[in-house]
Amino acid sequence: MPDLPVSADTALIRARGLTKRFGEFTAVDAIDFDVARGESFGFLGPNGAGKTSTMRMIGCVSPITEGELEVLGQDPRADGPRIRSRIGVVPQQDTLDTELTVRENLVIYGRYFGMSRAECGRRADELLEFTQLTERANDPVEPLSGGMKRRLTIARALINEPDLLLLDEPTTGLDPQARHLLWDRLYRLKQRGVTLVLTTHYMDEAEQLCDRLVVMDKARIVAEGSPRELIERYSTREVTELRFAVGVQDSLDGQLDGLAERVELLPDRVLLYADDGEAAVAAAHQRGLRPETVLVRRSSLEDVFLRLTGRSLIE
Amino acid sequence: MAVMTRVVELRAMQYRRTFRASLISSFLNPVLFLLAMGVGLGTYVDRSGAATQALGGLTYLQFLAPGLLAATAMQAAAFESTFPIMAGLTWQRVFHAMYATPISPRDIVMGNLVWIVIRLTMIAAIFTGVMVLFGAAASPLIVLGIPAAVLTGMAFATPIAAFSATQRTPEKFNAVFRFGITPLFLFSGTFFPISNLPATIQPIAWLSPLWHGVELSRALALGTISQAPLLALAHVAVLAAIVVAGTWWAFRTVEARLVRG
Repeated sequence: MPDLPVSADTALIRARGLTKRFGEFTAVDAIDFDVARGESFGFLGPNGAGKTSTMRMIGCVSPITEGELEVLGQDPRADGPRIRSRIGVVPQQDTLDTELTVRENLVIYGRYFGMSRAECGRRADELLEFTQLTERANDPVEPLSGGMKRRLTIARALINEPDLLLLDEPTTGLDPQARHLLWDRLYRLKQRGVTLVLTTHYMDEAEQLCDRLVVMDKARIVAEGSPRELIERYSTREVTELRFAVGVQDSLDGQLDGLAERVELLPDRVLLYADDGEAAVAAAHQRGLRPETVLVRRSSLEDVFLRLTGRSLIE
Repeated sequence: MAVMTRVVELRAMQYRRTFRASLISSFLNPVLFLLAMGVGLGTYVDRSGAATQALGGLTYLQFLAPGLLAATAMQAAAFESTFPIMAGLTWQRVFHAMYATPISPRDIVMGNLVWIVIRLTMIAAIFTGVMVLFGAAASPLIVLGIPAAVLTGMAFATPIAAFSATQRTPEKFNAVFRFGITPLFLFSGTFFPISNLPATIQPIAWLSPLWHGVELSRALALGTISQAPLLALAHVAVLAAIVVAGTWWAFRTVEARLVRG
């Protein structure tokens, strides 16, 4: 298959006014973004924000309703199969073939791209090594742990040496250890220059993996930048979390005013946004406030999201 | 065309796990049926002059076997176009995984239909071999009974696959078998001539795709096709038209399902 006409300086993905509607419901509402080659780009947002719909349009399996979309310099409407031959997809839900072994899953997937059997076998062995599944090569898929299945799905998405890897919530439902192993593998891919586009509703995941991200809420992009830029722009350096005894928080009324640049009342705690967290704690004590627990931490994307939407990412 | 063969390759790879058991049952099924119905029941039927007259001078085994060939193809086709389609679209979602590659929804439909053709060819060939062993084939034209049975099966497989793609649970498959496949199996001229049905019901049997398949298969097995070639052609035309319409419908429902995600 001839290479697609993508030069180093053009965007791998370019979206302008990209819109997806299902009947009356607007899943993606006129969003603009660019993803450059070699970049690791994230869509951060709560469930239902339109992340998966956007990913499916980029993956050329869901037609766009309105606007413009270019993937690898091509139009998904006209060149879907050709674009799909150059991308790798890790879907949100596992779509592994449980009637086949671990290795067979990789080999047949290579065949879908028209690769020779020998080539498929060679790539499969390499990828099993890379995802640390070599020992399970001839096992059935079903007894694998969730983390192993995800790794196998990632290996499968890499069989065609894609220019672009799309990952839809790659670590949802995994335990912390499995997540860290997966992040490590994705980080290695990034180091090799593979362009990653991922969706997540985990702030730590976005901070770990994304060079740049957009925050999506209710089908729209509400902010864009690197994790650090977003935190600087929409939050303070530090955040102080105060937890009060049950019932106390509701009776605080104006007592928190002016303690910090911004004060956020959550159902179970109070957040004080101030560059100097300890100073905010001292000020609270001076006013006679006696929280049960106090935590001063660095600001995170969660705080950015809260600021932008007034809601927690994961409710 | 070339892309579609990759889908066939997957189905063959999946089949490798169970092919021994599958081939054995494809052999045992006709053996048991022809023994019990053709030989066992047939011995009684053949003693009755009236029955022999109704069957046009044939033994019951000769009458039954080609009908059963077509009916077996129908049953196998119905099975192959329900559960495997639901597995690919809903349970394991491997068709969605394929769609993320250069493979198109149409390739996925065509690949699966070609795989069903291959399976039906295997089943019909084994069945025909058993018929010959039982001496139930009067004409060498029975060889053409194999493609006739495959065509009959595909007249069921294509619309049922299209229907399966619209379902998210297998509940309605029971209805397909209970109210579709089983009555057709019993009342399409497989076990007795439809002329034995009440005159008012007979035209309903003509609507059954299986009846066309049974008539075609029987005309080939008995060598009577030369007496009414146009009628045989009409049966082929009816079955082929259903296959074309069913395939077109399956293109639509499978694509709609894959695009929706």
